Amino acid sequence: MIEGAKWRRWVFFRLPVAIFLLFLLFPFYWMVITTFRPDSELYIPWKNPRYKPLWTWNPTTVHLHYLNGETTFWLWMWNTTFIAVVATAISLTCGVLAGYALSRLNFKMAGLLGTGIFVTYLVPQTLLFIPLAEIIRAYNIGDTPWALILTYPTFLIPFVTWLMMGFFKSIPKELEECARIDGATRWQAMVYIIIPVAIPGILSAMIFAFTLSWNEFIYALVFLSSPEQKTVPVGVVSELIRGDVFFWGPLMAGALLGSIPVAIAYSFFVEHYVSGLTGSVKG
Amino acid sequence: MSNVTIRQIHKRYDDFHAVKGVSLEIKDKEFVVLVGPSGCGKTTTLRMVAGLETITEGQILIGNTVVNDLPPMDRDIAMVFQNYALYPHMSVYDNMAFGLKMRKFDKSEIKKRVENAADILGITDHLTRKPRQLSGGQRQRVALGRAIVRNPQVFLFDEPLSNLDAKLRVQMRVEIKKLHQRLATTSIYVTHDQVEAMTLGDRVVVMKDGLIQQVGEPLELYNSPANKYVAGFIGSPAMNFSNVTIKEANGQLFAEGPGMRIRVPEPIAARMGALKGQAATLGIRPEDLHMARDGDAADMSFEAIVEVAEQLGSEIILDVTASGGTIVASVEPTVRVKPQQKIRLGINPIGLRFFRADTEMAI
Repeated sequence: MIEGAKWRRWVFFRLPVAIFLLFLLFPFYWMVITTFRPDSELYIPWKNPRYKPLWTWNPTTVHLHYLNGETTFWLWMWNTTFIAVVATAISLTCGVLAGYALSRLNFKMAGLLGTGIFVTYLVPQTLLFIPLAEIIRAYNIGDTPWALILTYPTFLIPFVTWLMMGFFKSIPKELEECARIDGATRWQAMVYIIIPVAIPGILSAMIFAFTLSWNEFIYALVFLSSPEQKTVPVGVVSELIRGDVFFWGPLMAGALLGSIPVAIAYSFFVEHYVSGLTGSVKG
Repeated sequence: MSNVTIRQIHKRYDDFHAVKGVSLEIKDKEFVVLVGPSGCGKTTTLRMVAGLETITEGQILIGNTVVNDLPPMDRDIAMVFQNYALYPHMSVYDNMAFGLKMRKFDKSEIKKRVENAADILGITDHLTRKPRQLSGGQRQRVALGRAIVRNPQVFLFDEPLSNLDAKLRVQMRVEIKKLHQRLATTSIYVTHDQVEAMTLGDRVVVMKDGLIQQVGEPLELYNSPANKYVAGFIGSPAMNFSNVTIKEANGQLFAEGPGMRIRVPEPIAARMGALKGQAATLGIRPEDLHMARDGDAADMSFEAIVEVAEQLGSEIILDVTASGGTIVASVEPTVRVKPQQKIRLGINPIGLRFFRADTEMAI
């Protein structure tokens, strides 16, 4: 060990990591503590000497009960899950196939098409929802889950396509050529060789797509109106803020419960996910 | 019969003419090596035989079938790639069985063939492992195994040994040779290494700039190179070249360069009459040079200054300056010389080659 290496490690690695973690995790902590804090503590003014923002000695589940009994929270959860799963499935199917085609089949205009798909991803949702709302009205699917299931792919497919394009490019093309000489058709080579090798990439794309649909706000806010059709992010905000009254306890309880499925999805696939982002398939 | 016929094939990319009319007849059971520098079209030619590249112009026949429009799977070939191209998510067994499964062989037949191939290649103990758990040499064996289980009409090798270290390369070279002697399958092998080409090939095809320079048995290429390029490419260390002028004196032809006057030996001289007074290139292999002895005629030797002496044990490689350039000579291991020493090198007349200055063709 080099002299002084220990304190260097503390100063240049552990301390910055700790600060970073604190910064990242504090909102979650705030969410948890607010969920279990009784209203009597929540609405104490700042300057009151009894104000203890970071801890409570009287934890309560009253906010959770409120969320359960007085709102359609579990319907929101179901809506969000259904929409996120179906939208992710559609986007993965299209995106993986498109990514494969753009990176492997050397057809004319492949490069241009790839760029075109990327450009559509750059159009901000805050602009895109205006024409989309018109389309949804024309097809009469407003205020149904299909309004979101069919609009989320507008940003998910370009995203998945680009992620998968990069991943497929990192897979040596000899693998596929070898499979085709071995007697596989192009389709079989893709199904038996390329897709299994690309599983880490597909899993990363899946987690990203799922999270993006789970957290999506604008489209859900615009295209859904009745309380029982809403998704968690919109439901929590629109039903638990009435006028200028914030129901902080149930609001944070909803946010907490709503983030659990995403956290589970991440932790479940975290290893694949990391190897997916760092790419590289070694032969 | 699994002969391969290549008729005037061309490959053009948008702005690059990679293969410019290559014709080649490969006999049944023959081992043919395509060799040349990178970008010479050898790999493209092989990939056209495999069906991985479309053929812009010309025809390829495997057996008696024109395969131009057949997909790779229907050509009954197997290919070994430089980076092995093993399927990383499958065990060694599954890698080798994949081609048979795709062709709907039944399980017992697949098992028999894979085990037989594994036995031949000495990888029986590794069948359950994944490719990433194997060393480079073992991976190459699996790649070979995957090719031989299918018992194809033609083997194609695309620089299969380039990723191995020097020692392993020599070992695998011998194994590929043995494998070919045992299986006697028509093989086309691409490499940029002339030693590999000479040791493996029944015939060697030297390519450059998308064209075949010469086709022949290894010793034929070594002894009678068709042009200056082949002469320089085959043999290690490479042949020495020197620019000379052909002159006549006393009814004999001489090749004259700065500080050098070599008599052109009889059989060649007869073909050089028309070149009197013109420039030409003289070629002599390092192994056809020796330290001059008393018996060496003045017109079969030249003076040189030693630059570097490389002791290899079995021989000494001398880098010398002579006739205005650098010349490499391979001399007996007993010779003792120092840098800057003036020596006289004798020429073995049989080793002398002459090339036209304009077309670089052998005379």
